[in-house]
Amino acid sequence: MKKWWLLVPLALFLALASFLLRGLFSDPRTLDSVLVGKPVPAFTMVDLFEPAKHYDAALLADGKPVLLNVWATWCPTCYAEHQYLNSLAREGVRIVGLNYKDERDKAMAWLSKLGNPYAVTLFDPDGMLGLDLGVYGAPETFLIDGQGIIRYRHVGDVNERVWNETLKPLYNGLKP
Amino acid sequence: MIRKLLFILLLPAAFLSMTAHCAVDAYTFDDPAKEAQFNQLIKELRCPKCQNQDIADSDAELAKDLREKVYEMTQAGKSRQEIIRYMKARYGDFIHYQPPVRMDTIILWLAPVMVLVGGLIFIFVRASRDPAVALSEEEKKRLRRLLDEKEPRP
Repeated sequence: MKKWWLLVPLALFLALASFLLRGLFSDPRTLDSVLVGKPVPAFTMVDLFEPAKHYDAALLADGKPVLLNVWATWCPTCYAEHQYLNSLAREGVRIVGLNYKDERDKAMAWLSKLGNPYAVTLFDPDGMLGLDLGVYGAPETFLIDGQGIIRYRHVGDVNERVWNETLKPLYNGLKP
Repeated sequence: MIRKLLFILLLPAAFLSMTAHCAVDAYTFDDPAKEAQFNQLIKELRCPKCQNQDIADSDAELAKDLREKVYEMTQAGKSRQEIIRYMKARYGDFIHYQPPVRMDTIILWLAPVMVLVGGLIFIFVRASRDPAVALSEEEKKRLRRLLDEKEPRP
Protein backbone atom coordinates (compact mmCIF):
# COMPACT_ATOMS: atom_id res chain seq x y z
CA MET A 1 0.00 0.00 0.00
CA LYS A 2 1.31 3.43 -0.99
CA LYS A 3 1.55 5.86 1.88
CA TRP A 4 2.00 8.96 -0.26
CA TRP A 5 -1.07 10.59 1.19
CA LEU A 6 0.68 10.80 4.53
CA LEU A 7 2.68 13.63 2.97
CA VAL A 8 -0.45 15.72 2.34
CA PRO A 9 -0.47 17.35 5.80
CA LEU A 10 3.21 18.17 5.40
CA ALA A 11 2.59 19.76 2.00
CA LEU A 12 -0.32 21.77 3.41
CA PHE A 13 1.81 22.89 6.34
CA LEU A 14 4.65 23.98 4.07
CA ALA A 15 2.27 25.93 1.84
CA LEU A 16 0.75 27.70 4.85
CA ALA A 17 4.15 28.31 6.44
CA SER A 18 5.55 29.93 3.32
CA PHE A 19 2.46 32.11 3.02
CA LEU A 20 2.71 33.22 6.64
CA LEU A 21 6.46 33.73 6.40
CA ARG A 22 5.86 36.23 3.59
CA GLY A 23 3.45 38.08 5.82
CA LEU A 24 6.07 38.20 8.55
CA PHE A 25 8.33 40.34 6.39
CA SER A 26 5.70 42.62 4.93
CA ASP A 27 5.21 45.96 6.63
CA PRO A 28 1.73 46.14 8.11
CA ARG A 29 2.00 49.93 8.31
CA THR A 30 1.92 50.48 4.57
CA LEU A 31 -1.64 50.21 3.42
CA ASP A 32 -2.36 50.03 -0.27
CA SER A 33 -3.78 53.25 -1.54
CA VAL A 34 -7.16 52.87 -3.17
CA LEU A 35 -6.63 56.16 -4.95
CA VAL A 36 -3.82 55.08 -7.26
CA GLY A 37 -5.10 55.48 -10.81
CA LYS A 38 -7.87 57.84 -9.67
CA PRO A 39 -7.98 61.62 -9.94
CA VAL A 40 -7.20 63.79 -6.93
CA PRO A 41 -10.49 64.32 -5.06
CA ALA A 42 -12.09 67.72 -5.61
CA PHE A 43 -11.13 70.30 -3.03
CA THR A 44 -10.98 73.97 -2.21
CA MET A 45 -8.04 74.82 0.00
CA VAL A 46 -6.43 78.01 1.24
CA ASP A 47 -2.80 78.92 0.91
CA LEU A 48 -0.71 78.60 4.06
CA PHE A 49 0.82 82.06 3.66
CA GLU A 50 -2.18 83.88 2.19
CA PRO A 51 -5.47 82.85 3.83
CA ALA A 52 -7.42 84.74 1.16
CA LYS A 53 -5.94 82.70 -1.68
CA HIS A 54 -7.85 79.59 -2.72
CA TYR A 55 -6.81 76.61 -4.78
CA ASP A 56 -8.71 73.70 -6.24
CA ALA A 57 -7.67 70.41 -7.84
CA ALA A 58 -6.56 72.21 -11.02
CA LEU A 59 -3.42 73.16 -9.09
CA LEU A 60 -2.36 69.52 -9.33
CA ALA A 61 -3.16 69.11 -13.02
CA ASP A 62 -1.13 71.59 -15.00
CA GLY A 63 0.40 69.21 -17.52
CA LYS A 64 3.54 68.37 -15.52
CA PRO A 65 4.00 65.67 -12.87
CA VAL A 66 4.02 66.94 -9.29
CA LEU A 67 4.69 65.55 -5.82
CA LEU A 68 2.08 66.22 -3.17
CA ASN A 69 3.83 66.00 0.19
CA VAL A 70 1.74 65.71 3.36
CA TRP A 71 3.59 67.16 6.34
CA ALA A 72 3.23 68.75 9.77
CA THR A 73 5.42 70.38 12.37
CA TRP A 74 4.45 67.73 14.95
CA CYS A 75 5.97 65.02 12.76
CA PRO A 76 9.63 64.13 13.43
CA THR A 77 9.99 62.15 10.21
CA CYS A 78 8.90 65.22 8.24
CA TYR A 79 11.81 67.07 9.82
CA ALA A 80 14.11 64.26 8.75
CA GLU A 81 12.99 64.34 5.12
CA HIS A 82 12.78 68.11 4.78
CA GLN A 83 16.35 68.76 3.62
CA TYR A 84 16.01 66.09 0.97
CA LEU A 85 12.85 67.76 -0.31
CA ASN A 86 14.79 71.03 -0.48
CA SER A 87 17.43 69.42 -2.66
CA LEU A 88 14.75 67.87 -4.91
CA ALA A 89 13.16 71.29 -5.32
CA ARG A 90 16.55 72.73 -6.27
CA GLU A 91 16.82 70.06 -8.96
CA GLY A 92 13.55 71.37 -10.38
CA VAL A 93 11.09 68.80 -9.04
CA ARG A 94 7.74 70.48 -8.45
CA ILE A 95 6.43 69.78 -4.96
CA VAL A 96 3.14 70.95 -3.51
CA GLY A 97 2.91 70.79 0.28
CA LEU A 98 -0.15 69.84 2.27
CA ASN A 99 0.21 71.11 5.80
CA TYR A 100 -1.90 68.57 7.67
CA LYS A 101 -3.64 69.13 11.03
CA ASP A 102 -1.19 71.79 12.05
CA GLU A 103 -1.07 75.40 13.18
CA ARG A 104 -0.50 78.18 10.67
CA ASP A 105 2.11 80.09 12.70
CA LYS A 106 4.13 77.01 13.51
CA ALA A 107 4.05 75.84 9.90
CA MET A 108 5.15 79.22 8.55
CA ALA A 109 7.98 79.44 11.09
CA TRP A 110 9.12 75.93 10.17
CA LEU A 111 9.35 76.78 6.49
CA SER A 112 11.17 80.06 7.07
CA LYS A 113 13.67 78.28 9.31
CA LEU A 114 14.25 75.08 7.34
CA GLY A 115 13.74 76.37 3.82
CA ASN A 116 10.65 76.02 1.63
CA PRO A 117 10.73 73.30 -1.04
CA TYR A 118 7.06 73.78 -1.93
CA ALA A 119 5.78 75.61 -4.98
CA VAL A 120 2.52 76.02 -3.05
CA THR A 121 1.58 74.94 0.47
CA LEU A 122 -2.06 74.08 1.10
CA PHE A 123 -3.33 74.57 4.65
CA ASP A 124 -5.51 71.74 5.98
CA PRO A 125 -5.89 72.33 9.74
CA ASP A 126 -8.78 69.91 10.24
CA GLY A 127 -7.33 67.23 7.99
CA MET A 128 -10.36 66.99 5.72
CA LEU A 129 -8.42 66.94 2.43
CA GLY A 130 -6.13 64.45 4.15
CA LEU A 131 -9.18 62.31 4.87
CA ASP A 132 -10.28 62.47 1.24
CA LEU A 133 -6.81 61.34 0.21
CA GLY A 134 -6.86 58.44 2.66
CA VAL A 135 -3.98 59.92 4.65
CA TYR A 136 -3.41 58.22 7.99
CA GLY A 137 -0.21 59.87 9.11
CA ALA A 138 2.63 62.07 8.04
CA PRO A 139 4.71 62.21 5.99
CA GLU A 140 3.04 60.80 2.93
CA THR A 141 3.89 61.67 -0.65
CA PHE A 142 1.69 61.30 -3.69
CA LEU A 143 3.01 61.33 -7.23
CA ILE A 144 0.44 62.99 -9.48
CA ASP A 145 0.67 63.13 -13.26
CA GLY A 146 -0.04 66.18 -15.42
CA GLN A 147 -3.73 65.28 -15.70
CA GLY A 148 -4.27 65.19 -11.94
CA ILE A 149 -4.32 61.39 -11.70
CA ILE A 150 -2.62 59.89 -8.64
CA ARG A 151 0.06 57.49 -9.89
CA TYR A 152 1.83 56.45 -6.73
CA ARG A 153 1.72 56.94 -3.01
CA HIS A 154 4.66 56.66 -0.68
CA VAL A 155 4.10 56.32 3.07
CA GLY A 156 7.01 57.51 5.18
CA ASP A 157 9.93 59.78 4.43
CA VAL A 158 11.25 60.50 0.97
CA ASN A 159 15.00 59.99 1.04
CA GLU A 160 17.66 59.42 -1.57
CA ARG A 161 17.02 55.68 -1.75
CA VAL A 162 13.25 56.01 -2.06
CA TRP A 163 13.61 58.74 -4.68
CA ASN A 164 16.20 56.98 -6.82
CA GLU A 165 14.70 53.50 -6.63
CA THR A 166 10.99 54.23 -6.72
CA LEU A 167 9.81 57.76 -7.29
CA LYS A 168 12.34 59.07 -9.79
CA PRO A 169 11.76 56.44 -12.50
CA LEU A 170 8.00 56.98 -12.21
CA TYR A 171 8.40 60.76 -12.17
CA ASN A 172 10.63 60.75 -15.24
CA GLY A 173 8.21 58.42 -17.00
CA LEU A 174 5.43 60.95 -16.56
CA LYS A 175 7.33 63.89 -17.98
CA PRO A 176 5.76 65.17 -21.22
CA MET B 1 -14.80 27.71 48.42
CA ILE B 2 -17.89 29.06 46.71
CA ARG B 3 -16.53 32.54 47.21
CA LYS B 4 -13.27 31.65 45.59
CA LEU B 5 -15.06 30.13 42.64
CA LEU B 6 -17.24 33.22 42.22
CA PHE B 7 -14.17 35.42 42.36
CA ILE B 8 -12.45 33.43 39.64
CA LEU B 9 -15.58 33.44 37.50
CA LEU B 10 -16.10 37.16 37.86
CA LEU B 11 -12.49 38.16 37.27
CA PRO B 12 -12.86 38.36 33.45
CA ALA B 13 -15.89 40.57 33.90
CA ALA B 14 -13.76 43.10 35.72
CA PHE B 15 -11.32 43.21 32.81
CA LEU B 16 -14.16 43.47 30.33
CA SER B 17 -15.55 46.52 32.04
CA MET B 18 -12.09 48.06 31.90
CA THR B 19 -11.74 47.60 28.16
CA ALA B 20 -15.33 48.44 27.34
CA HIS B 21 -14.86 52.12 28.02
CA CYS B 22 -14.66 54.12 24.83
CA ALA B 23 -12.72 57.16 23.80
CA VAL B 24 -15.96 58.59 22.48
CA ASP B 25 -16.75 62.22 22.92
CA ALA B 26 -20.32 63.16 23.65
CA TYR B 27 -22.29 63.19 20.42
CA THR B 28 -25.93 64.12 20.54
CA PHE B 29 -28.48 62.75 18.12
CA ASP B 30 -31.95 63.81 17.18
CA ASP B 31 -33.03 60.24 16.54
CA PRO B 32 -32.31 56.98 18.42
CA ALA B 33 -32.02 55.05 15.14
CA LYS B 34 -29.20 57.34 14.03
CA GLU B 35 -27.51 56.97 17.38
CA ALA B 36 -27.67 53.18 17.09
CA GLN B 37 -26.22 53.33 13.57
CA PHE B 38 -23.40 55.60 14.71
CA ASN B 39 -22.53 53.38 17.66
CA GLN B 40 -22.52 50.29 15.49
CA LEU B 41 -20.42 51.85 12.73
CA ILE B 42 -17.66 53.17 14.96
CA LYS B 43 -17.20 49.66 16.31
CA GLU B 44 -17.05 48.22 12.79
CA LEU B 45 -14.61 50.69 11.28
CA ARG B 46 -10.96 50.05 11.92
CA CYS B 47 -8.49 52.81 12.67
CA PRO B 48 -5.90 52.89 9.86
CA LYS B 49 -3.37 54.47 12.20
CA CYS B 50 -3.43 52.01 15.10
CA GLN B 51 -4.57 49.12 12.95
CA ASN B 52 -5.89 46.86 15.69
CA GLN B 53 -8.53 49.07 17.22
CA ASP B 54 -11.89 50.20 16.02
CA ILE B 55 -12.38 53.95 15.76
CA ALA B 56 -14.60 53.90 18.84
CA ASP B 57 -11.71 52.72 20.97
CA SER B 58 -8.86 54.62 19.42
CA ASP B 59 -7.48 57.88 20.71
CA ALA B 60 -5.57 58.65 17.52
CA GLU B 61 -6.24 62.04 15.96
CA LEU B 62 -7.30 60.30 12.78
CA ALA B 63 -9.83 58.16 14.63
CA LYS B 64 -11.36 61.34 16.06
CA ASP B 65 -11.66 62.77 12.56
CA LEU B 66 -13.26 59.58 11.29
CA ARG B 67 -15.72 59.51 14.20
CA GLU B 68 -16.56 63.13 13.44
CA LYS B 69 -17.15 62.21 9.79
CA VAL B 70 -19.36 59.25 10.67
CA TYR B 71 -21.32 61.51 13.00
CA GLU B 72 -21.80 64.19 10.36
CA MET B 73 -22.85 61.70 7.72
CA THR B 74 -25.21 59.90 10.09
CA GLN B 75 -26.82 63.16 11.16
CA ALA B 76 -27.22 64.10 7.49
CA GLY B 77 -29.29 60.95 7.06
CA LYS B 78 -26.73 58.86 5.19
CA SER B 79 -27.28 55.13 5.35
CA ARG B 80 -24.92 52.59 6.86
CA GLN B 81 -23.86 51.35 3.42
CA GLU B 82 -23.22 54.87 2.14
CA ILE B 83 -20.89 55.61 5.03
CA ILE B 84 -19.00 52.33 4.64
CA ARG B 85 -18.65 53.00 0.91
CA TYR B 86 -17.34 56.50 1.62
CA MET B 87 -14.69 55.15 4.00
CA LYS B 88 -13.67 52.32 1.68
CA ALA B 89 -13.26 54.73 -1.22
CA ARG B 90 -10.61 56.53 0.84
CA TYR B 91 -8.98 53.86 2.98
CA GLY B 92 -9.72 50.66 1.10
CA ASP B 93 -11.24 47.44 2.41
CA PHE B 94 -8.80 47.63 5.30
CA ILE B 95 -11.02 50.06 7.16
CA HIS B 96 -13.98 47.72 7.52
CA TYR B 97 -13.76 44.78 9.87
CA GLN B 98 -15.92 42.66 7.58
CA PRO B 99 -13.86 41.78 4.53
CA PRO B 100 -15.85 41.50 1.30
CA VAL B 101 -16.27 38.11 -0.34
CA ARG B 102 -13.92 38.20 -3.32
CA MET B 103 -11.54 35.80 -5.01
CA ASP B 104 -8.59 36.96 -2.90
CA THR B 105 -10.48 36.92 0.39
CA ILE B 106 -12.55 33.80 -0.15
CA ILE B 107 -10.12 31.77 1.98
CA LEU B 108 -11.02 33.88 5.01
CA TRP B 109 -14.63 32.86 4.65
CA LEU B 110 -14.12 29.26 3.67
CA ALA B 111 -11.28 28.27 5.99
CA PRO B 112 -13.40 27.69 9.12
CA VAL B 113 -15.92 25.67 7.13
CA MET B 114 -13.14 23.65 5.52
CA VAL B 115 -11.55 22.87 8.87
CA LEU B 116 -14.91 21.77 10.24
CA VAL B 117 -15.73 19.62 7.22
CA GLY B 118 -12.21 18.18 7.16
CA GLY B 119 -12.49 17.27 10.83
CA LEU B 120 -15.86 15.63 10.32
CA ILE B 121 -14.57 13.62 7.35
CA PHE B 122 -11.60 12.51 9.42
CA ILE B 123 -13.81 11.38 12.30
CA PHE B 124 -16.22 9.69 9.93
CA VAL B 125 -13.48 7.79 8.10
CA ARG B 126 -11.93 6.75 11.41
CA ALA B 127 -15.24 5.56 12.77
CA SER B 128 -16.21 3.56 9.68
CA ARG B 129 -13.01 1.52 9.62
CA ASP B 130 -13.48 -2.23 10.10
CA PRO B 131 -13.82 -3.04 13.75
CA ALA B 132 -11.09 -5.13 15.27
CA VAL B 133 -10.94 -8.76 14.08
CA ALA B 134 -12.90 -11.11 16.31
CA LEU B 135 -10.94 -13.46 18.56
CA SER B 136 -10.71 -17.10 17.70
CA GLU B 137 -12.07 -19.71 20.15
CA GLU B 138 -8.52 -20.50 21.20
CA GLU B 139 -7.80 -16.88 22.01
CA LYS B 140 -11.04 -16.42 23.89
CA LYS B 141 -10.18 -19.31 26.15
CA ARG B 142 -6.74 -17.93 26.78
CA LEU B 143 -8.14 -14.51 27.58
CA ARG B 144 -10.62 -15.95 30.05
CA ARG B 145 -7.82 -17.90 31.72
CA LEU B 146 -5.78 -14.77 32.07
CA LEU B 147 -8.67 -12.79 33.47
CA ASP B 148 -9.64 -15.50 35.93
CA GLU B 149 -6.15 -15.87 37.24
CA LYS B 150 -5.86 -14.83 40.85
CA GLU B 151 -3.20 -12.42 41.70
CA PRO B 152 -0.20 -14.31 42.96
CA ARG B 153 0.17 -14.09 46.70
CA PRO B 154 3.28 -12.40 47.94
